[in-house]
Amino acid sequence: MYNVRGSGQMKALDDVSFTLRSGRTIGLVGQSGSGKSTIAKILIQLETPTSGEVLLDGAPIPRRGKALRSYRQQLRMVFQDPFASLNPYHSIRYHIERPLRLGGLAANDQVDGEVRRLLERVRLVPDAVIDRRPHELSGGQRQRVAIARALASRPTLLVADEPVSMLDVSIRLGVLNLLADLQREEGLGVLYITHDLATARHFSDEIIVLNQGRIVEQGPADDVILDPQNPYTRELRAASPDPERHFASAAGNLGGAQ
Amino acid sequence: MSTKTKTQATGARTGADRGTDGSRPATNVPAAAVGRESGGRVFLSKLGSAFAMFRNRKSVAGLAILAFFVLIAIFADVLAPFSPTQVDNTARFQPPSAEHWLGTTHIGEDVLSQVIHGTRGVVVVGFLAALIATTIAITVGVISGYVSGWKSEGLSALTNVFLVIPGLPLIIIVAAMFEDPPLWVIAAVLGLIGWAWGARVLRAQTMSLRNRDFIQAARANGEPLRRIITIEMLPNLMALIAASFVGTVTAAILGLTTLSYIGVIPVTTYNWGTILNWASAQGAFQQNQWWWYLPPGLCIAIIGVALSLINFGIDEYVNPRLRSAGERARAMKKKGLDVNEPVTAVRPEMDGLAAHPTPAPADKGTE
Amino acid sequence: MTGVQPQLAELDTDALEVGTTATSADGGRARVPWRYLGRRAAFYLFTLWAAITINFFLRRMMKGDAVSQYLSRNRNVSPEAADALRTLLGLDSDKSLLEQYLDYWVLLAQGDLGISLLHGLRPVTEVVSGALPWTIGLVGVATIFSFAIGTVGGAVVGWRRGSRADALIPITTFLSTIPYFWLGLLAIAVFSVNLGWFPIGKAYGVGMRPGWNAEFIGQVLHHGALPIATIVVASLGGWMLGMRNMMLTVLDEDYITVAQAKGMPNQRVLWGYAARNAVLPQIQSFALSIGFIVGGSIVMEMVFSYPGIGKLLLDATNAKDYALMQGVFLVITISVLVANILADIVYAFLDPRTRQAGV
Repeated sequence: MYNVRGSGQMKALDDVSFTLRSGRTIGLVGQSGSGKSTIAKILIQLETPTSGEVLLDGAPIPRRGKALRSYRQQLRMVFQDPFASLNPYHSIRYHIERPLRLGGLAANDQVDGEVRRLLERVRLVPDAVIDRRPHELSGGQRQRVAIARALASRPTLLVADEPVSMLDVSIRLGVLNLLADLQREEGLGVLYITHDLATARHFSDEIIVLNQGRIVEQGPADDVILDPQNPYTRELRAASPDPERHFASAAGNLGGAQ
Repeated sequence: MSTKTKTQATGARTGADRGTDGSRPATNVPAAAVGRESGGRVFLSKLGSAFAMFRNRKSVAGLAILAFFVLIAIFADVLAPFSPTQVDNTARFQPPSAEHWLGTTHIGEDVLSQVIHGTRGVVVVGFLAALIATTIAITVGVISGYVSGWKSEGLSALTNVFLVIPGLPLIIIVAAMFEDPPLWVIAAVLGLIGWAWGARVLRAQTMSLRNRDFIQAARANGEPLRRIITIEMLPNLMALIAASFVGTVTAAILGLTTLSYIGVIPVTTYNWGTILNWASAQGAFQQNQWWWYLPPGLCIAIIGVALSLINFGIDEYVNPRLRSAGERARAMKKKGLDVNEPVTAVRPEMDGLAAHPTPAPADKGTE
Repeated sequence: MTGVQPQLAELDTDALEVGTTATSADGGRARVPWRYLGRRAAFYLFTLWAAITINFFLRRMMKGDAVSQYLSRNRNVSPEAADALRTLLGLDSDKSLLEQYLDYWVLLAQGDLGISLLHGLRPVTEVVSGALPWTIGLVGVATIFSFAIGTVGGAVVGWRRGSRADALIPITTFLSTIPYFWLGLLAIAVFSVNLGWFPIGKAYGVGMRPGWNAEFIGQVLHHGALPIATIVVASLGGWMLGMRNMMLTVLDEDYITVAQAKGMPNQRVLWGYAARNAVLPQIQSFALSIGFIVGGSIVMEMVFSYPGIGKLLLDATNAKDYALMQGVFLVITISVLVANILADIVYAFLDPRTRQAGV
C-alpha cells in the first residue's frame, strides 16, 4: 500500500497523492512531461520528493540499511526502453541473477534453476536466451527479460513505466497480457504508467490522469474512460484512435454538406 | 612541436541502434556469446567479445607491428650484434656494410645496435607513462562523471587546469631540476602531464552513461557503488579507455623522443631521440649521413603508425558509421549508383518489380 | 603534453545533437550568453591563479644558488632589480612563505618579471616581447593554413566516401605521427643542404637589421617558408581526420537526405548543410589549438633556430636563467588562457544552444 505526496524540483509534481494496493492495478496516464516518470523514480528511490512522503504499509519508506534492501526487493520497476534498460555487456543470465544474489534469495547451486524458472514464467525458452546478450534479442524478448528481472526478488509491488511504448504494436498486447497474468498469479500491485488511454483501460482497475504534475481526474477505469469529467481527459480520449468513431465521422463528411 | 594523435570518438552509442519495431536489430559486436553451458567457454567468449574492438584488420596490423617492437625491446641484448657503446675508432662515419648493417657513428659505434637498444627505453617509458596517465584519467574521469554537485565540478576544474597548463614548457622546466632521472621518473612526469585529456573524455561519457536505464536499473537493484562503476559502467567505457591509452602511448613516445633530442632529458639514457641528438650534434644532417639519422626517426614513425592503426580500428568499432559509410558507398558504386545522387533510376531489368522500386541510395536502414 | 590540435570538441557535441551554425534564427541579433561566459571566466581566473602559484612553488624547488652568487659578484645590478630578482626566485628566505607569496603577486601586478641574466640584464618583459611576435606570426600563419586546408580537405574526403580520396586519411595521419623534429631536420637536409632552396635557419639573414622594408620582409618570408611548410604537413592529418569523421556522422543524418531528396544541388548540400554543421567542433578545436601555438613552437624553433618564445625558454633553461624561464612560462600560460577565452566566446556565439537561458 502506497501513499505518495510529492513535489519534485521544478515542480515536476504538485500535490500528487494516491494509494497503490496489492492485487490492483492503477493506470497513471499523462503526456510527456506530465510527471509520470518522476513518480516512478521517486518510488524506486532514484529521486526524493522535496515535500510529502512515501509510505509503505503506513510507515515511511526506509532510506538505508537492510530495510532499504528489503524495500528494493518488494518494489520493482520495469523500464520503458527495452534496449537501454539492459547492460549491453552482460548476458541475460547475469541480469536475472543479480537481484537474486543481491537479495540472497537463492543458494549458489539453486541460482541457475531459479533463473530458468523465471525465464519460463515470462514465456521465454531459457536455453535460447540465457547466455545471449541483449542486442541478440528482439524488443519484445528484452522486455520480457526485464519483467523477469523485476520478478526475481518476489516483489509485492511493480512499477511499469511505459513498458510497451517502444515495442512493435503487434506485440504490445502479448507483453501486456503477460503482465496481467503475472499480476493475477502473484497478487501484485501494479502501477502502470502510460500515455496510451486504451491500454490503460484494458489493463487497470483504476485510472489517474496527470497533467503538468497535477492529478486532474481519478477513479475506476471504466468510469474515467467512458464518462470523463475533466476537459483534459476528454481531450485525451478524443486524441486516441478509435476506428469506429473515425469511420462514423468520415461517413458523415461524405454524406453531409460540409 | 609535439603532435598527438587523438581518437575521433564521436560519442556514438555502443552497440546497435534501437530496434523499435520488435525485429532483431543488426549487430555490430560479433555475436560471440552463443549459448553455452560451461563457465569456461562463457568466460572465453566474454573475453573475446571484450576485445572485439581489436578484431578488424587495422587493429590487427597495428598490434602486429607493436608486438614486433616489444619483442625487440625484450630481446635487445640477444639481437644486437654489438654493444651500443662499443667504440671502434677505425670505422667512423661508415655507411652501411656487411658488418654494420646500418653503418657507424662518429666514434665507430654500431648504429643498428644503438637503435635496437634504444627500443627498450621507448617502449618502457611509453607504456609506463600511458599506464600512469590512464589510471589517473579513469579514476578522476569516471568518479567526477558519476557523482554530481561540487565534487564533480571540483574534479572537473582540476582536470581543466591540468589541461590548460602548457605541458612541454612545464616538462622542460621540471626536467631541468633533475640531473640524471631514471626511466620511471621520466615516465611518471609524462604521465602526470598527459592524463587530463582522457579524464575529460571519460567524464563526459560517464555522465551520459549515468542516465542510461541499465544504470538506473542497477541502482534500483541496490547494487553497491563500486560494482556499478567497475562492473556496470567500465565495460561500456572500455573502447574509450583503450583509445585513450593508445593515444597516450603515442604522445608519450613522441614526447620522450622530442625531449631527448632537445637535450632536456640527459643523453645517458638510450632511446631513439638521444641517437638523433648525437646525430644532429655531429652534423649528420648536414653531411648526409643518412644511415645515422633515418633509422631512428623511421622507427618512431612506424611505431606511431602502428598505434594509430590500432586507434583507427577502435574508432570504427565505436562508431560504426565510419566503417560502413565507405563500404556502403563502394558497394553502391559497383552497382553503378553514386551515394550522393539523390535520384535513383529504376533499372529496366527490374520491370517485373515495377511496383517495388529500388530503395533510395541514402537509406539509413537498420545498420 | 602539448598537442597541435587537441580534439576536445566531440565531448560536448553528441553526434545526433549537432546544432546549426545559423544565427539568423534569432532575428539577426545574437543574445550574449552571460551566464555561460561568466562561468568560463571564473574558471580561467582560477586557472590563472593556479598557474601563478605553481610558478611560485616551482622556483622554490630549484637551486637558485647560481643567482645569489651572480648577484653578490656583480655590482651593476640596481638594488631594486636585485630585490625583485630575489622575490621572484624565492631567495628572500628571511621572510615568511606568505609574505614571499604576496610580494610575488605584487611584483607580477606591476608587470615586473625581473631581469634576464642571459640577455645582458635587460628586463624580462622586454626580452619576451621581443621574441613573442616571431612565434605568434609564424606558428599562427601555419596553423591557419593547416586548419583551412585540413578542414576543406576533410569535408571533401568525407563527401567522397568510398572513393580513392579515402587514401588521403592514412597518408596524412602517417605524416602526423612522424616526430615533428625529425621531419623538420629532414626538410632542412633535403631542401636546404642538398637543394639549397631555403636557408637553414633563423628568421632573417645574418647582419640584416629588422625594418619595414621589402628586403627584410622578403627575407622573413624566405626563412619562414620551410618552418611553415613542415608545420602544415605535420598537423594536416589531425584536422582532416576530425573533419572527415564529423562529416561522415553528419551525412548520415536525416536532414541531409531531405535536402538531397528536395533536389538541392550537391555542392550546396555539401557546403551549405553538411560541412557547415560538421565544422562546429572543428572551430572549437581550432580556437583551442591557438592556445598551444605559443607552447608548442619550442621544437620548431630549436630545429630552425627561430628566435621565438620557445627558443628563449630553451636557452634560458640551459643557462639556468631562472627569471627568464619563469617569465616565459608565465607568458605561455597566459597566452593559452587568453586563447581559450577567445575560443569560448567564439563557440558561445556559434552554437545556439549555449544562448538558451539557464545554460
